[in-house]
Amino acid sequence: MARLLGAICTSHIPAIGNAIARGTEREPYWKPFFESYPPVREWLAKVDPDAVVMIYNDHGLNFFLDKMPTFAVGAAPEYLNDDEGWGLPTLPPFRGDPKLSWHLIEQLVHDEFDVTTCQEMLVDHAFTVPISLLWPDRSKRRFGTVPVAINTVQHPLPSPARCYALGKAIGRAIDSYPEDIGVVVVATGGMSHQLDGERAGFINKEFDLHCLEKIVDDPHALTELSIRDLVREAGTQGVELITWLAARGALDGKVTKLHSHYHIPVSNTAAGLLLLGASGRAQPTRPQSAAL
Amino acid sequence: MTPAHATNEIPGTVIFDGAEAQKGYALNKMCYSFNSAGNRLAFKHNEEAYCRAYGLTPEQCDAVRRRDVLALVRGGGNVYYVAKLTGIFGLGVQDIGAQQTGVTVEEFRARLAAAGG
Repeated sequence: MARLLGAICTSHIPAIGNAIARGTEREPYWKPFFESYPPVREWLAKVDPDAVVMIYNDHGLNFFLDKMPTFAVGAAPEYLNDDEGWGLPTLPPFRGDPKLSWHLIEQLVHDEFDVTTCQEMLVDHAFTVPISLLWPDRSKRRFGTVPVAINTVQHPLPSPARCYALGKAIGRAIDSYPEDIGVVVVATGGMSHQLDGERAGFINKEFDLHCLEKIVDDPHALTELSIRDLVREAGTQGVELITWLAARGALDGKVTKLHSHYHIPVSNTAAGLLLLGASGRAQPTRPQSAAL
Repeated sequence: MTPAHATNEIPGTVIFDGAEAQKGYALNKMCYSFNSAGNRLAFKHNEEAYCRAYGLTPEQCDAVRRRDVLALVRGGGNVYYVAKLTGIFGLGVQDIGAQQTGVTVEEFRARLAAAGG
């Protein structure tokens, strides 16, 4: 049976991708940010996942307003990155895991999450920047990926509670996957930031720190919030926190905080990083299908 | 910390909902086309013609001409798409942040750094 090893929540700011491309990670502006990642990389090297479920939001690379799925799951053998229009270098393709993708799709729809399935899916900086950050050495990326995109572009957005429930269903689906593989869930986005309107530049350190604390031991304090609450407290783009709640839902129950970091600013954004181990999580002892 | 479940508007903030998405559809569709380098070139070659081809309103065309990000947002532009347009003008997210808040880029950056204090 597959084992869910843990979850990582990280910001995905495009400027990080540019800093990596230019090799400026050690400059004073970037050093405090990049220095927070080695403990997570060491953990990843230790657990060495076979598959990574990437929960993120597309910013107008794969999806446009003509068709905007609330939840979309990739089911492709590989995922291409492409030109996003404002200069981030295009990265080589990322390997998929279609077998795990279709298992997730089957289980999620069974759990009444009627996802859009994508056999072709371009992945943008929200997918690529965290992978570059977490696995800087491409030769170490032996895992396949399953992209799960959540709409944060066009309201109505799925509520924090709904995203947490989606995560729980992802966790159950991983538990019931018959292959003997290790899986890590990565959520990307946030923390507080707002790019548009007279409130552009809005950052809310108090709220971010509240989220970083509550998501570990009391995630339901956050799932009670509405999307409107999140926009007000975290900014129009800070709503990306819903991806973090999905990752936390996948680990539902008690978790172990293994690492966290918070840094202001990266570009216009408060950058957050959180590593949660599944050690406190009850792993199923029987096939999930028997319990459905 | 218990954020209030207020229903009133959030100052200086547009919720990009169905009404905005309808109002800004043509503008956002044009911006989405700028994922292609060829389309960025075509826009630079003749901005007015490019805007007209996508059916932008006169107000939206004017906002593009003036590089006025607040007017683009008020015209239904979603910042994820609008950023592809402003990128053509060499404006990054800090430039557009400064422009929308009426401060210099240096002041805007200082404000962001101060949020960590």
